[in-house]
Amino acid sequence: MSKHTLSVLVENKPGVLTRIAGLFSRRGFNINSLAVGETEHPEISRITVLVDAEDIPLEQVTKQLNKLVEVLKVVELPHESSLERRIILIKVRADLQTRTQVLEVVRLFRAHVVDVGTETVTIEATGTVEKLEALLSVIEPYGVRELVQSGSVAIGRGPRSITDRALRP
Amino acid sequence: MAQQARAKAPVEVTGAQSIVLSLEAMGVDTVFGLPGGTILPTYDPLLDSTSVRHILVRHEQGAGHAAQGYAAATGKVGVCMATSGPGATNLVTPLADAYMDSVPIVAITGQVGSKSIGTDAFQEADIRGITMPVTKHNYLVTDPADIPRVIAEAFHIASTGRPGPVLVDITKDAQVAKATFSWPPTFELPGYRPTVRPHSKQIREAARLIAEASKPVLYVGGGVIRAGAAAELTTFAELAQIPVVTTLMARGAFPDTHQLHLGMPGMHGSVAAVTALQKSDLLITLGARFDDRVTGELASFAPEAKVIHADIDPAEISKNRHADVPIVGDVKDVLVELISAVDSDRDSGKAGDYDDWRERCLGWKVDYPVGYTSEDPAMCSPQHVIQRIGAIAGPDATYVAGVGQHQMWASQFVSYERPNSWLNSGGLGTMGYCVPAAMGAKAAEPDRVVWGIDGDGCFQMTNQELATCVINDIPIKIAIINNSSLGMVRQWQSLFYNERYSNTDLHTSHNGERVPDFVKLAEAYGCVGLRCERPEDVDATIEQAMAINDRPVVVDFVVHRDAMVWPMVAAGVSNDAIKIARDTAPRFDREESEAFEQSEDADKDGK
Repeated sequence: MSKHTLSVLVENKPGVLTRIAGLFSRRGFNINSLAVGETEHPEISRITVLVDAEDIPLEQVTKQLNKLVEVLKVVELPHESSLERRIILIKVRADLQTRTQVLEVVRLFRAHVVDVGTETVTIEATGTVEKLEALLSVIEPYGVRELVQSGSVAIGRGPRSITDRALRP
Repeated sequence: MAQQARAKAPVEVTGAQSIVLSLEAMGVDTVFGLPGGTILPTYDPLLDSTSVRHILVRHEQGAGHAAQGYAAATGKVGVCMATSGPGATNLVTPLADAYMDSVPIVAITGQVGSKSIGTDAFQEADIRGITMPVTKHNYLVTDPADIPRVIAEAFHIASTGRPGPVLVDITKDAQVAKATFSWPPTFELPGYRPTVRPHSKQIREAARLIAEASKPVLYVGGGVIRAGAAAELTTFAELAQIPVVTTLMARGAFPDTHQLHLGMPGMHGSVAAVTALQKSDLLITLGARFDDRVTGELASFAPEAKVIHADIDPAEISKNRHADVPIVGDVKDVLVELISAVDSDRDSGKAGDYDDWRERCLGWKVDYPVGYTSEDPAMCSPQHVIQRIGAIAGPDATYVAGVGQHQMWASQFVSYERPNSWLNSGGLGTMGYCVPAAMGAKAAEPDRVVWGIDGDGCFQMTNQELATCVINDIPIKIAIINNSSLGMVRQWQSLFYNERYSNTDLHTSHNGERVPDFVKLAEAYGCVGLRCERPEDVDATIEQAMAINDRPVVVDFVVHRDAMVWPMVAAGVSNDAIKIARDTAPRFDREESEAFEQSEDADKDGK
């Protein structure tokens, strides 16, 4: 199995996300992460799906996605020519003894502290899955109280836009 | 589109009127349905429509299958209607059936008021959510202004590309509120653009493989019938002189009496068709999908064959079997292009030579005709009954089957000569399809004889639609192949479960039991009920049924329960392991010597 990043451009209509998510589970695919939001064209939403699949089954799921009436375009973004980011919020134990060390980790990973309490700090970080996993492994010994992650969003490098091409009749 | 849109000037109407006006504008002549609370507003203006005939069914599943039968018999979009909640959920089976078999139907359902959605209101079900996996597309309409556009889109999506079912769920408040109706509505479906024209490069590549092949077979699926491409198929097969096999969904796409026809492939296919695919070096696959019932164990299916795969649905290509030459397009266009490509190849002397191969294929057809042996000469054989129905009613009739042994025998022992003359539930395998689908086919083509060939199990699932047939003057003929059993399950129990008949006895004819008595049941509905229990009465009973045209006829053919469907490839094994009778495999030594006589497979009726 290998990881693939799919960008799915869809009509911004109710129920579309259900169709996409349902299709993945129905055809036996596991979604690792999913993020959805409007594009520069409000009538188009973009869904970024990270999925584990062999190449041939992935081709099948791509074709099945393309069959959905509200799907405009499905593009696989190769890792080497695209940017991928997710956001993470970590509420970590940080008392007087450990606070300095925690803040040092935040600085090293170019993360931010977005909330401070007497017992904890809340850290916001963005980056690739790998970077965030590294941050987590360093911060874990201090005591993670709460963790929340977004799905990854991804975009191709260079000047080309897949949305423009999707709008072309 | 078969149904023509008729232009209408803008008028201010209720959403309900807008639904009826839209159906009229789409040229719909028949709607099968059953009213209830949330669709009531629409049933009021429907009463006044002069061009839309509503046929009141007894169960919404019947409405759905009737719409399928209507569509499969004519190629036009079938329409069914139901209320919210249980009315809509009763349509789920026909929708799933239509999705599997690519049948163009539009289902219109009422939904609770938009303010009540999500409150677990009375008769509320999220039918749009429920049917997402089994429809080509579906809609929830809450604004009456959207109704004409959505209905036009629904018909467009159902009937173009790979046909399929579309559900339109309309809230009660949208039916009651007023909006402007005008026709035709404009719509844009930027994500829906089926590829109809095949790529010329792929056609050239296909023609090259065809010219190079020495053992080609035309593997024809139901897509050829849906595309209306039967005539082009015959032209192509005759031009190229390539043997043809027609899948369960494609029976009738190529005349059974044609000498190039090897029969049906698959689990209960003919030896000639199964063997030709196994030994072929090129499958020319047209509107077929390499279903597991055709391929058997996929890894050993047609192991030496290259594959040309033409289908309008790109997702079918290389789904189960890798295609060497994929062709996305309408199979009718594909065939037209292939005809001209192969024709010009022949003119330039590049035509393939398949004479030896064709002779071998036709030899298998002669050596291993699909036949049967009678289990008991004193009892009716189901195969004989079905063969005689086909012979007496002829190729102009429409034949509609349920699911099981009788369906397989009906696919084997009736000679199909025209497309759309064979209707059955192939992909989903829905018991209960026969009676309502036959009703839909007869409503669509009242001048045609429509024979339903049903089982005693299947018949009991949907026979209430006989009431609909009687009341609405839809005189179908139903042959119940009554073996007092869930016959196909019983056959598997005989073969694979040591004859332990767990829950397959239906008590409908054997051991002096008739629960129910099908003749009395038919009469109770106002149909003519006939019974036939002796082989010598079969023809006379069929003739008697043929002579009755003012009422539906139900014939209870009591048949032997140990008759089995042969040939058979057991589930999950290689097609090379085809059996022509229990423990009997064909012997392919004719190529070296004379054909081996198969007494078990002797065809007593000389078919």
